[in-house]
Amino acid sequence: MALKLADYKTDVHNDWCPGCGDFGIVNALQMALAEMGIERDKATIFSGIGCSGKTSHFINTYGVHTLHGRVLTFAQGGKLANPDMTVVAVGGDGDGLGIGAGHFVAAGRRNIDMTYIIFDNGVYGLTKGQASPTLKLGEQTKSLPSPNTNSNVNPIGLAVASGFTFVARGYSYDVRHLKDLIVKAVKHKGLSFLDVLQPCPTYNDVNTRDWYAGVDLAEESMERHSRIYKLEDTKFDPTVNYAGEVEVNEKLSQALVKSLEWGDKIPTGVFYQNELVSPFSTRLTDKIPNYLENPPAKQIISDTGSPNTDISKILDSLNV
Amino acid sequence: MSTDFTWLIGGPQGSGVESGANIFSKVCAQMGYQVFGKREFYSNIKGEHSYFTVRISDQNIHSNVNDVNLMVSFDAETIFRHFDEISSDGGIIYDSELEKTDTDRVRTLDGPFKERLHKLLESKNKPFTIAGVLEVAEEKGVKLYPVSFKSLLETLSEEVDNPRLRGLVRMYNVLGVSLSLGLIKMPSNSLVDSIDDIFSKKPKVAEINKQAASFSYNYASDNFKNFHYNLIGTEKQPDTILVQGHFGCSLGKMVSGCRFQSYYPITPASDESVYLESNEILEIENDRPGSTIVVQTEDEISAIGMMIGAALTGTRSSTSTSGPGFALMTEALGWAGINEVPVVITLYQRSGPSTGLPTRHGQDDLLFTVFAGCGDFPKIVYASGDIEESFYDTGNCFNYADKYQIPVIHMMDKFLSSSVVTCQKFNPKKISIDRGKLLDKVEGEYKRFAFTDDGISPRSKLGMDNGVFWNTGDESDEYGHITEDPQVRIKMMDKRMSRLDLALESIPTDQQAVSFEVHDFTIISWGSTKGPILDAQSMLKKEGIDIGFVQIKLLHPFPTEYVKSLLKDAKVLIDIEANHSGQLGKIFKQNITRDIDYHILKYTGRGMTSTEIYDSLKRIVQNKAEKREILSHGA
Repeated sequence: MALKLADYKTDVHNDWCPGCGDFGIVNALQMALAEMGIERDKATIFSGIGCSGKTSHFINTYGVHTLHGRVLTFAQGGKLANPDMTVVAVGGDGDGLGIGAGHFVAAGRRNIDMTYIIFDNGVYGLTKGQASPTLKLGEQTKSLPSPNTNSNVNPIGLAVASGFTFVARGYSYDVRHLKDLIVKAVKHKGLSFLDVLQPCPTYNDVNTRDWYAGVDLAEESMERHSRIYKLEDTKFDPTVNYAGEVEVNEKLSQALVKSLEWGDKIPTGVFYQNELVSPFSTRLTDKIPNYLENPPAKQIISDTGSPNTDISKILDSLNV
Repeated sequence: MSTDFTWLIGGPQGSGVESGANIFSKVCAQMGYQVFGKREFYSNIKGEHSYFTVRISDQNIHSNVNDVNLMVSFDAETIFRHFDEISSDGGIIYDSELEKTDTDRVRTLDGPFKERLHKLLESKNKPFTIAGVLEVAEEKGVKLYPVSFKSLLETLSEEVDNPRLRGLVRMYNVLGVSLSLGLIKMPSNSLVDSIDDIFSKKPKVAEINKQAASFSYNYASDNFKNFHYNLIGTEKQPDTILVQGHFGCSLGKMVSGCRFQSYYPITPASDESVYLESNEILEIENDRPGSTIVVQTEDEISAIGMMIGAALTGTRSSTSTSGPGFALMTEALGWAGINEVPVVITLYQRSGPSTGLPTRHGQDDLLFTVFAGCGDFPKIVYASGDIEESFYDTGNCFNYADKYQIPVIHMMDKFLSSSVVTCQKFNPKKISIDRGKLLDKVEGEYKRFAFTDDGISPRSKLGMDNGVFWNTGDESDEYGHITEDPQVRIKMMDKRMSRLDLALESIPTDQQAVSFEVHDFTIISWGSTKGPILDAQSMLKKEGIDIGFVQIKLLHPFPTEYVKSLLKDAKVLIDIEANHSGQLGKIFKQNITRDIDYHILKYTGRGMTSTEIYDSLKRIVQNKAEKREILSHGA
């Protein structure tokens, strides 16, 4: 029986603030899972800590709500041990780009076939609105005693530089577009990163829904002035088609330059995609040929309680 | 007359001290001797002093002793640092080119050591040179065997017509080993075999080394005379293997079905992970090959996170680390605790605090480990006493983890990890695999944290049909969803903590603690002190002094009742540990309201010898001991 959107929802009470951008992301994720028809027990959502960390409890698949900053570590371990399952990791921008930035960079180097979604709202919501790594220098959101003294991290740029092979940005109030991006990210062979701009209605009074919609730009005009636009509506081509260094460098630099665009125009869509980089599983099968057919989670380790691993050759080599 | 002989080789780090010692150990083991070897080294890649002591005997031995019977050195520092350890009936083979070298020429001799050495030489009216310290040794009775390593190579190079051999300083280690074996008259055939073995991948290098070995072996037997020790071999014990420290846990992990290991490089733990990766493809009886996925992570936090992620898929998973790395893991350890994830952390302790003595031994992490993590959660802390034990203990640790759905910390240490010993061949069939309540399939509604009579819920795994569950580091309900309900909180806390009692009730007592006799004077200890304690105990027994010894293996939950019952006839309790504060003693007192009478402690970063334990025990029996006997032997 085909799974419906409702099958991916749990009846856990959702305690996010009314109007929270997180709702759009969890809806898009559930829609993407339904569209791809991924069985509930063949997917695991790993989540970090904070408001976004609760996501895994709202989705009716395996859900692992981990530790602050560490979501990628748990997710990678799970995927490596059981490569048959679909793995999506989610977390806030403070989680992934502050306390967890080291894991973010290291994950890029591995290129394990999974998806990482950052809920990017510029504040630490659950601890009452402190500045997070994506808040711009000098901006002062509601609960900051003084303007932000740190410069911001560029999530797209960092992902591209770290080796993520699919890098995209979505907007939480454009749920259909976000769903499409999630489907692409999950289907991508390698590590995907999705930066989702997500207004925090309670603590971020700078990058609000109206701000993204460009209400301030419209002033007296009745035209739409939304800051958000889609890269696919432009001539931007994010895909690496040949493994040649020249093309790869061109697409990487183009993505980096595009990621710097901010202010009146904010690009969403796919910034970079390269499926010619070997996923980690290929690097493993190069040395362990049957890794994918017989991964750790599927291996039989005993025969009625007795070990079946034969180490006699090693032991013989130690004989004196 | 039984054989008991200790050999020491030293040299700058990177000069082949370790491979030299491995050849020597292998030769001795092949000639039937029991071997106990131990490596000491600085936190340094090249240049600082490293040395290896190898004790061999025709009896069972479990430790080093203070006296060295033969030292071979091709550098000055080894002689300066160790000349006073040579027994009066012993000898020193040394490079005669070094005689004029004075202490100032050896840049790696640190100030405090030089000061102590100068004081000693001054008092004996000797110059601060190699010649000076050798005179001191000679006056004690030590035999000196000078030989120019340089001319040895030159003569050999002419003899075999290979000019490349001249100045091949890299081969000094093989020369040293071969000279030693020639001097003690160890039959030479196994020397050639061992070199073949060790250089099996480089036949050309093996050839040159074999030439050098035979040549220097013959040189020593022809020119070195009157040495007290002749070791011609003894009857080989059947089923003996020669193993390095990390083999016990590595091979134990393979056999126990550990299929995922994540780690971040740290001394002295990394060797285990590297060995697992070197043997990543596994032979499986009647099945296709298996494999261990070994992942080098970006830090220890990632190592424990990945391990937990892998364990949630039902894979037996592990990580290996040392104190500083374990400190980083403690937050996630609590996550494994509250989520009832079976994992095994192998903790190779070294000397702390902080970076401490990063390549030296210590048992300083017991209290930290027992109390590691924020919040109240159950864990098992288990310690192995020697390498052979660690193989079987690894199997037990995985079973505890699975049966009680609990993180297990398996404590090892640097003393064990840098030992090379002979022991009984490991028997994989003596390891059993018990996965506890891990499910094969799920039918009907599933609750991962369902309340049960024994406090342990049937366990699904990520990706299993119909077994969907949730985990969270928050308090959770039976499904694994967040709750802050006070009544559920009580039930969940009680459920998790109850497995500590369950573990105590169901872990067989011989796995909890081991009694090596109990007498009026009885030792309590844990971990790698076992070897030197057993040897000291038998030394005293030969003199008619009976000392008891109880080795505690299960350190948390503490087996209070069992240990109490073992010790009921002991009158004087002696706690022996390689740390400053007597950490086991503190745990003992906390659980068994009884005072420790004496502590024998060592925190120099060097392992205990049986000699120094023997000395302290004797003082205790004679009522001449300090309440805290502090040991300090070893360079």
